[in-house]
Amino acid sequence: MNAIKSLEDLKKIREQALEKRKATAVSGSTQVIVGMGTCGIAAGARETMKAVLDFIENNNIENVVVTQTGCIGICEQEPILQIVVGESEKTTYGKASPTVVEKIMQSHVVNGKVYGENEIQI
Amino acid sequence: MKEISLHILDIAENSVNAGASEITIEVIENIKNDTLLINITDNGKGMSEETVAVISDPFVTTRTTRRVGLGIPFFKAAAEACDGSLSIKSELGKGTSVSIEFNHSHIDRMPMGDIEDTLTNLFIGYPNVDWLFKYNANGDSFLINGKEIKEILDDVPLSDPSVINFIRNQINDGIGKIRITE
Repeated sequence: MNAIKSLEDLKKIREQALEKRKATAVSGSTQVIVGMGTCGIAAGARETMKAVLDFIENNNIENVVVTQTGCIGICEQEPILQIVVGESEKTTYGKASPTVVEKIMQSHVVNGKVYGENEIQI
Repeated sequence: MKEISLHILDIAENSVNAGASEITIEVIENIKNDTLLINITDNGKGMSEETVAVISDPFVTTRTTRRVGLGIPFFKAAAEACDGSLSIKSELGKGTSVSIEFNHSHIDRMPMGDIEDTLTNLFIGYPNVDWLFKYNANGDSFLINGKEIKEILDDVPLSDPSVINFIRNQINDGIGKIRITE
């Protein structure tokens, strides 16, 4: 695909995304944060991040902002995933392998319930 | 870490932590010269000469969460294991540039691995950074300019599902077509 054509595509994607946003009028955004320090990467955090993006893409989830962060000091629990819904407090999950990520995303982001099995206190 | 692309992710994280707003990742494969070059350049806070001199020592780190820093020593060891090298140029207040050279055909060179995934993650995971990715394989090149893309998207976030799909496809198709490494 040549660069100019793909930028035209991107403009269309933007317009469609804005339309959808207007139609759904979503309340409060959700933040998903993946630990990506050396410890996280060595423990498989890149695949964790990919699983988060896959979930959003495959389930067409709007209003989630995904970001990465460095080592937060609990390397033995990596890969680590943190979720903040709206104004609520940050929930931290440990050992978030891709299969676990799917469960966490379904439970916490889609259904609004903390996924207890992998929740850790920091 | 078993892939060069995981090390690239790790080094790029350093650039983000250095407060960089512009980060360029360049990969150049050249079969004729038998080289695989990687350059990661940022405009972050930079390091003093003294810090650069000791940065390959695993017991030197500026982090406060633990006392060892393994990223640079890991990557350096991986490059040196196959007649390659890692060098760092840095200036306080200006930024840092890390260059890694591998002998492309060396039997001990670790595979590149999923470089597409590494770049997609960085692109979406650090929306405040202007990423520039350049991939060149035997003269064929691919480039993706984050600033340009973000300007078009304007108020639509990078983690919008259709945007994730777009970015991923751009990177997968663009690099997939030309890359030589496994």
